[in-house]
Amino acid sequence: MLSIKNLKASVEGTEILKGIDLEVNAGEVHAIMGPNGSGKSTLASVLAGRAEYDITAGSAIFNNEDLLDMVPEDRARKGLFLAFQYPIEIPGVNTTNFLRTSLNEVRKFNGLEPLNGADFLKLMKEKMKVIEIDKSLTSRSVNEGFSGGEKKKSEIFQMAILEPKLAVLDETDSGLDIDALRIVAEGVNRLKSSDNATVVITHYQRLLDYIIPDYVHIIYDGRIVRSGDKNLALTLEEKGYDWIREEFGEMTES
Amino acid sequence: MSEEIDILKEVADQEYKYGFVTDIESDVAPKGLTEDTVRLISSKKNEPQWLLDWRLKAFQHWKTLKNEPKWAHVKYSEINFQDIIYYAAPKKKPELESLNQVDPELLKMYDKLGISLEEQKKLSGVAVDFVLDSVSVKTTFTEKLKELGIIFCSFSDAVHEHPDLIKQYLGTVVPYTDNFYATLNSAVFSDGSFCYIPKGVRCPMELSTYFRINEANTGQFERTLLIADEDSYVSYLEGCTAPMRDENQLHAAVVELVAHKGAEIKYSTVQNWFPGNKDGVGGIYNFVTKRGICKGDHSKISWTQVETGSAITWKYPSVILKGDHSVGEFYSVAVTNNHQQADTGTKMLHIGKNTMSTIISKGISGGVSNNSYRGLVRIGKNAHNARNFSQCDSLLLGDRCGAHTFPYIETSNKTAVVEHEATTSKVGEDQIFYCNQRGLDTEQAIGLIVNGYCKEVMKQLPMEFAVEAQKLLAISLEGSVG
Repeated sequence: MLSIKNLKASVEGTEILKGIDLEVNAGEVHAIMGPNGSGKSTLASVLAGRAEYDITAGSAIFNNEDLLDMVPEDRARKGLFLAFQYPIEIPGVNTTNFLRTSLNEVRKFNGLEPLNGADFLKLMKEKMKVIEIDKSLTSRSVNEGFSGGEKKKSEIFQMAILEPKLAVLDETDSGLDIDALRIVAEGVNRLKSSDNATVVITHYQRLLDYIIPDYVHIIYDGRIVRSGDKNLALTLEEKGYDWIREEFGEMTES
Repeated sequence: MSEEIDILKEVADQEYKYGFVTDIESDVAPKGLTEDTVRLISSKKNEPQWLLDWRLKAFQHWKTLKNEPKWAHVKYSEINFQDIIYYAAPKKKPELESLNQVDPELLKMYDKLGISLEEQKKLSGVAVDFVLDSVSVKTTFTEKLKELGIIFCSFSDAVHEHPDLIKQYLGTVVPYTDNFYATLNSAVFSDGSFCYIPKGVRCPMELSTYFRINEANTGQFERTLLIADEDSYVSYLEGCTAPMRDENQLHAAVVELVAHKGAEIKYSTVQNWFPGNKDGVGGIYNFVTKRGICKGDHSKISWTQVETGSAITWKYPSVILKGDHSVGEFYSVAVTNNHQQADTGTKMLHIGKNTMSTIISKGISGGVSNNSYRGLVRIGKNAHNARNFSQCDSLLLGDRCGAHTFPYIETSNKTAVVEHEATTSKVGEDQIFYCNQRGLDTEQAIGLIVNGYCKEVMKQLPMEFAVEAQKLLAISLEGSVG
C-alpha cells in the first residue's frame, strides 16, 4: 500500500528526514516510535503534503502512485488520512457540515454520488456507535473550544466517516487521559480491516497496550534505526530512549 | 440677492437656449447635468410641480458643492459629472433565444450560485414563456399585500398614487443637502421602490425576494423610501446574488427608512455589482446613502449587508435612534478582492433614552484590495443609559491587501456604555492545510473558513438568500491568495 524509499526531507535548509525506508501493507498496523525531535511528526506531515517541507531525495509510492507528486487534497481523496497531533480550529464552521463537505469531496473524486443530508446523518449515527463521541460535538464549530480529548476523538470520528485506506495517527495519544485513550484506541481497532492500514506515531508505549501493532519501528535522528514486533516497544519502554541514544549516538544538532 | 437673480436669469436663459420642449421627444438626454436635465427627467416622469421644485432645490444646492467627499480611504480618478447621461429611457435588453447566447462566464457564475435554469434565463434576458409560475406568484403576492393595506410599488407610481405619503416623508431622513451624492441623487433620481406598512401589520413575506427579477433592472440613481407605521414589521431585501453588470459606472442611490412607534424594519442587502476585472479596470462606483430613523419609542431598524461587488464601495447604512428604547443594528460583511476598494460602516446616532445599538462588521480582503471600516457612534446629551456594542473584525487573505478600521465614538452623556472590540486575523495556512487533508481544495477551504468567520452576519439574512450568499462569498474570493 505504502512504500517509502530513502526519503529525505528538510525544512528551511535543515535536514530532518535523512533516508526513511518503510513498507506498509493492507491489513497491517505499524507503530512508529522515537524521542522528541527524531522526525516522527515530520514524516506524517511529509506524507500528508505540508508545503513547508522540501523533499530532497527518495520516493513514497501509495497504491502504485507517486504520493509526493500529488497535492494534499488529492492524497486525502485517494485515501490517506492524517489524524493531527494538534487539530485546527475553524470558528463558525459546523462540524457536521464540514464532515459532509469533506466526505462528498472524497466521494466525488472517486466517482460516487454525494450523500444528501438525511443519508449523511444516518451515516453519522452509525459511526457514532463505533466511536464513542458526544453528539453535541458535531453541532459545534470544528474543534473550536474542544478539550484536548474531544479534539482527538473528533479526529478519529472523522476517520470513521471517511474510511481511509491509510490512516496516519500523529501522536493521537498525547494529552489524553486513560478513558479517552481507550475510546480512541477502541475506535481505531474497530475501523481496522484487511483492506486498510494504520500507522500510529507515538512517543509512549502506553497506546500500544490498546492498539496492538504488527510492526514497531524506532525512528532516531531522521532514520528508522530498529524495526521489530510489538516486543520492541516493550523493550523500549523498559530501557528508555537512552538505550537508543547510547547505541546510535547523540542526534546531530539541528 | 444678486446671486439669486443671476441664477434665475441663468435658468431662464437656458430654457430658452436649449428648447426644453424638443428634448422631451428624445429618449436620451444629452450628456451633462444642467437644470434642463432635471426638468427633463421630471417631465418624462410626468411629475407634479412640488417634486420638480424639490429636485431643483437639490440641483441648485449641488451646484454649490465644489467637490466630492475626499475623506474616504479610496482612490479613483475624478469623476466628470458633465460626462454622464442622466436620463435614458429604460433600454430593452435584446431578447435572446436561448442560454447559448449568454456570456458563458455569467452562466458559470449562475451555476455556482445554484440559480435555477428558469431564473437564469430571466436574469440574462432570454425570452421565457410568461405563463410561468413566478408571474402568478407575483400576482398572488401583490394581491395579498394589497389586502393587508401594504403599499409596495415603484417610486414613480407612488408619486402619483400616494403623493401625500411621499410629500410627508421624502427627504426627511436623508435631506437633499446631506452629502454630495445624496444631493445629486435628489436632483436626478430615476426611480426606485416605495413601501408603506400600515399600523399593526406584520408583512407576511420578505419583500422583494419574489420580485428579484424586476429588481435586476435598477437604475443608476435609485431612490427607496420605506415607512413602517406604528407596531408594524417588515423585512425588505434589496439586491441580488446574481452578478450584476451595468454600463453605468457611477451608482448613487439613496435609501430612507422610517420606523414609527413599536415598528421594526429589517433591511438586507446583497450587493454584487461588477467589481472590475482582475487588473482593476472597469467596475461600478457604488456611492450610496442609506439611513433610517427610529422615530417612535421601542422601534427597531436592522441593516444587514453582504457587499462583494463594485470596484469602489462607499456606504454607511445608519440609524438615528430618536425614540426612547429604540434599537439600531448593523451587520455587515464586506469582501474586497483583486483591486476592489471598500470604505463602509455605519453611524449610530443615539438621541433617545435607553437606546441600544449593535455593530458587527466583518471585512475580508484578498488580492491587492483595500477594505476599511468606518463607523461613528454618537451619544447625545439626553440619551440616558444608551448602549452600544461594536465588533469590527478584519480578515486578510494573502499579504498584499489592506484592512483599516476608523471607529469614531462621541459621547455627551455619562450614563452611556459604549464597547468597541476589533480584531485582525489572517486565514491561517494551518486551517487551509487541515481542510486540504480532508479532501477540500484551497478555494473551497477559504470559502468555508470565510463563511464560518462571517456566520454571525450571514445568519441575519433571510433563509432563502443565505445559501446563495454563502456561495457568493466563496466565489468572490476565488484566486484571492497567491
